[in-house]
Amino acid sequence: MGRLVIGLGHPDRGDDAAGVLVARRLTSVPSVARSDCSDLMDLWEGEEDVTVVDAIRSGRLPGTVVRFDAIADRLPTRSFASSHSFGLAEIVELARAVHRLPARLDIYGIEGARFEVGSELSPQVASAVSTVIDELERAGA
Amino acid sequence: MHSERDLTVDYLARVEGEGAMYLKLQDDEVVDLQFKIFEPPRFFEALLAGRRFSEAPDITARICGICPIAYQTSACNAMEDAAGVEIPAQLQDLRRLIYCGEWIESHGLHVYFLHAPDFLGYAGGIEMAADFPDLVRNGLRLKKIGNHLMTVLGGREIHPVNVKVGGFFRVPTRSELDALVADLEWGLEAAVDTVRWVSEFPFPDFERDYEFVAVHHPDEYAIQRGRIVSNRGIDIGPGQWPDIFEEEHVEWSNALHARIKERGSYHVGPMARYSLNFEQLTSRAQAEAQRAGLGPTCTNPFRSVIVRAVELVFAFEEALRLIGSYRRPEAPAVEAHPRSSTGHGVSEAPRGILYHRYAMDGEGLIESAQIVPPTSQNQLSIEEDLRDYIPGRTHLSDETLQWQLEQAIRNYDPCISCATHFLDLSVERI
Repeated sequence: MGRLVIGLGHPDRGDDAAGVLVARRLTSVPSVARSDCSDLMDLWEGEEDVTVVDAIRSGRLPGTVVRFDAIADRLPTRSFASSHSFGLAEIVELARAVHRLPARLDIYGIEGARFEVGSELSPQVASAVSTVIDELERAGA
Repeated sequence: MHSERDLTVDYLARVEGEGAMYLKLQDDEVVDLQFKIFEPPRFFEALLAGRRFSEAPDITARICGICPIAYQTSACNAMEDAAGVEIPAQLQDLRRLIYCGEWIESHGLHVYFLHAPDFLGYAGGIEMAADFPDLVRNGLRLKKIGNHLMTVLGGREIHPVNVKVGGFFRVPTRSELDALVADLEWGLEAAVDTVRWVSEFPFPDFERDYEFVAVHHPDEYAIQRGRIVSNRGIDIGPGQWPDIFEEEHVEWSNALHARIKERGSYHVGPMARYSLNFEQLTSRAQAEAQRAGLGPTCTNPFRSVIVRAVELVFAFEEALRLIGSYRRPEAPAVEAHPRSSTGHGVSEAPRGILYHRYAMDGEGLIESAQIVPPTSQNQLSIEEDLRDYIPGRTHLSDETLQWQLEQAIRNYDPCISCATHFLDLSVERI
C-alpha cells in the first residue's frame, strides 16, 4: 500500500495554506487537503503509511521544515495551533490513546511567518512548499 | 486584615467565540465577576442586510461549526414565517431527523471530551483517553454517527448544504436511511451506557432556582419547532420574542446579554428542555433518567451532563423512529415566495433556544436581521451560577477554585467550551 499525504491549513490565511498547497500540487502521491483535522482518524483508517503536512508557529525561521516521527515521539502541542476545536497534536495524541494511529505517521511542519486572513504566502514558505513537494514526490516514486 | 484576590482568565480562544473570565474576591465576597464572550453574530447580522431571504440558512450556518443545523433551521423557520409557508409533516420529520444528528454529534462531543474530564480529574479528553481508551472510542463513534446522519441528509457534516427555505434541495431515499439503522441501534445502547456512566460522577451539592425557557410543541419533545414556554408563565409564539426578551449591552463584552424584560436572567439548554418537556421524552429515556437519579426536573447545573446523556438516548430513539416511518416526500421542498414582512423562528440548538428574526422587502431582500444564540442567553445565568457557587468555597486554592469555576462554565456547553481546557489563568492575591 502506498503513502497518503494529508495537507492541513486554511487556504486564505497566508502561510497557514502551506499544507494545503503541498497536498494540491502533489501529482504522483495520493493526497487530500483539509481545513481542519477533525476527521483525520477517519481519513487514515486502513492506511499504513501517512504523512501530514501542516504549518507551524514555533519561533523558528520562516520556511524551516521540521520533520516528526509521530509514532516514535509526541508532537509539541503548542507548535501546531488550530483555530478549530482540536489541533493536529491533540488529534494525534487522541488517536495514540485509542490505538488508532497508522503504522507509520510522518509529520512535516513548515514554519510560517504570517497567518492573517487574506495575507499572501511568504516567499520563504513558498520555497519550503516546493522543497517538501520534491521530497515527497521522490520518496513516492 | 483583608485578603483580596483576582482570578483572571484572559483568553478563551476558539472559533465558536472568544471569551474570558474575570473574578475579584475580597475575603469571602465576590467584588466583581465578568464572564465575557465575544460572539460573532453582530457581524453576521450586518452582513445579512441586502442578501436574499433564501441565503439566510447557508450564511448563518457559518456562524457555528458545531451546530449549523440549528442556524439553518431557525433561519428557515423565520423565513417561512415571513413568507407564510407551512412545512408538510414529512419534511418536518426530515428536519427533525437531521437535527437529531446534530444533537448526537454535539452532545457526544461535550459529554465525552469536554465535560467528563472535569468530573474524573483529567486536564482533557486526550488525557482521559489514555486511561479509558474503550470509553473514548465509543464517544468518538457516537459523535461520528451523528456526523454521518448529518452528512446523509445535509450533503456534508460541517456546514451542510442541502437545507433550504421550504425544505431540502434533495430528500434521501428509503435505502439511504435504512443504511443508518445498524449504527443508530448501536448508538442507542451506547447512549444508555453513557447515562449510566455519567450518573456515577461526583456532583457538587448545588441547586439553583432558574427560570427555565425552552421551545415546547404539543406533539413532541421540541427540537425543530414550537412555542416558547417557561416555568414562570411564559407561553408565547416565536413572533412575541421581542415583547418578552431584550438584549442588553454590557461594557465588558462585545456580546449582548439577553434577559427577560423587568425580570432578569433565564436558563436555556438541555436542563430547561428536560424540566419543561419531561413528559414527552420516550419511556426508555425517562426510565434511564430515573435510574440515573434524576427527577422530572433538574436544577443542579453540574448534573446537566446526565441530562445531555438522556437526550442522547432520546435522539437515537427518535432518529430510529423517524427512519422507521419514513416515506419519501414527493417534493423536496415547498415554494416560498417573498413578501414584505417580518418573520421569527426558533429551534432548540444543542445548547438551547436559537432565535432568528428577519425583516424582508417585497423582493425578498433582507432589510434587517437579529440572531440570538443560546450562549448569549445563558451568560447572565452563568455569571449568577459563579457568584452563587463561590461563597463557602473561597478557602479553596486558586487552582481548585479555578477548576471548579471552569467546570461551572462548561455546564452550559458554551460555544467556547472547546477552548476552556486550554485556559491561561493568572491569579493575583493582595
